[in-house]
Order: sequence, then C-alpha cells, then structure tokens
Amino acid sequence: MWSELVVRFIAGGLVVMAFSAVAEVLRPKSLAGLFGAAPSVALVTLSLGFLHHGPTFVAKEASTMALGAVAMLAYAMASLWLVRTERVPAWLGTLGSLAAWFLTAFGLKGAS
Amino acid sequence: VTRLDVANLTRGGRDAVELDASAVKKTKPWEYAVRFLFGGLVSAAVGLVSHRWGPAVAGLFAAFPAVLPATVTLVRLHDGRESAAEDSRGASFGAVGLVVFALVVHARAEQWPAWLVLAWAAVTWLAVALALWALALRLHHHPPAPRHPAPRS
Repeated sequence: MWSELVVRFIAGGLVVMAFSAVAEVLRPKSLAGLFGAAPSVALVTLSLGFLHHGPTFVAKEASTMALGAVAMLAYAMASLWLVRTERVPAWLGTLGSLAAWFLTAFGLKGAS
Repeated sequence: VTRLDVANLTRGGRDAVELDASAVKKTKPWEYAVRFLFGGLVSAAVGLVSHRWGPAVAGLFAAFPAVLPATVTLVRLHDGRESAAEDSRGASFGAVGLVVFALVVHARAEQWPAWLVLAWAAVTWLAVALALWALALRLHHHPPAPRHPAPRS
C-alpha cells in the first residue's frame, strides 16, 4: 500500500506540474485558466484504478467524479465571485471556494 | 471592413491566443514545487480515500481542485485581482469539460481498452473547455466601434 501511495504522489505531482506548465505559457489568462480544472488527479486516479481494480471499479469512480466535477464548477464560480469582492483576502477566497466544493460534492452525492 | 477586422484580430488583438515560452522561466522553481506538492498530496490522499471508503467517494475526490487554489493565489499575487478572476472564469469552462470527461469514462470504461478511454476522455475535456471559452469570448466581445474615414484635407 505504501508503494502505491508513493507512486500516486509522484505521478500526481508530475501530471499537475505538466498541466500548469502548459497553463503558464498560454495567453490570455482565461485560456490558461482552463488548465486549472484539467483532469490531472483524475488521470492518475483512474489509470491506477484500471491497473489495480479493473474497468467496473473505474466506471463507478467516474460516475461520482461527474458530481465532483460539478462541485469543481461551483468552486470556480465561488472563486470568481470572491476574488472580485473587495476586502476579501486571498486566503479567505480560497477557503470559501473550498467550502463551495465540499458542500456541492457531498450535497450532490447525498442526494443521488 | 469585416475582412480587415478579422485580419486585425488574427494579427494579435487583445484576445489572440499566444504561447509565451519565456513564462516557464519566469515562474520560480518553488512555485513548481508547490504545484508538485499539491498534486502529489491530493493524488495520494485520493488513494487513501479509495482504500478507506471505496470507489464512490474516491471518484468525488478525483475532481478535487488540487491546483486551482495555488494557481489562483499565485496569479493574484503576480498579476492582480482581475487576472485571478479571469483565471477562475477559465477554470469554470474547464470544470464543465471535466463533467463531460467523467461521463465519457463512465460510459466507455467497460467497453474500450483503458488507454483509449482515458485518451478519448481527455480529448473531449479539451474540446468542450475550448469550445466554451471561444463561445464566451464571442458573447463578451463587443463589436468594434464603426470606423469613420479619416477626414480629407
């Protein structure tokens, strides 16, 4: 299990870094923003899911991942609103956006 | 007039797509390290979640915003609030693409080989995100003010 975690850590770090390097060179910034919601952790998670548990497991992961992705949309919209609100410092904007993700993700999962 | 405007746009208007390779060097090593750390930690955490709570909860966290908190904060630091807002807006298009990505994987995981499922899902992610971005650009773009011919002297 520990070796799997190490593989996940390294693969996840590399994929995320690769996507953000692409995002870094793109202009305008709104286009670069697309890559902030790139399927980086998803690719690592689903690849290892295929490898260790097979396609049925991955199909199950993907069905709830769709809910997580809707929550990601909620994160981005909350972030957009909070970053534009004067007097909201960066850390509070991040915290508020994360709260939006958790509420949406677990709200949708509970409802489904 | 239309042809001229198109020419102007492609020649490098405000919204023209550009690649700025020097930006890679402008980003400090510690900023890449932060992203590596975020991505690595979240991916490993998803592994732990998967062990403890199974694929349904792990799936949720496969769409956890691993890099977004870091990038939005860094963009805000470098380029100010308005750029950070643009970054977030872009991420919302990416997120819609991510929903489609997940649905594609869900529909095809048990029918296609793993590499093809993930490759096809990644392509649809990019296609959907780019299409929404281009559409939003078109909707937000105000038509240029009519140009009056220069007065003749």
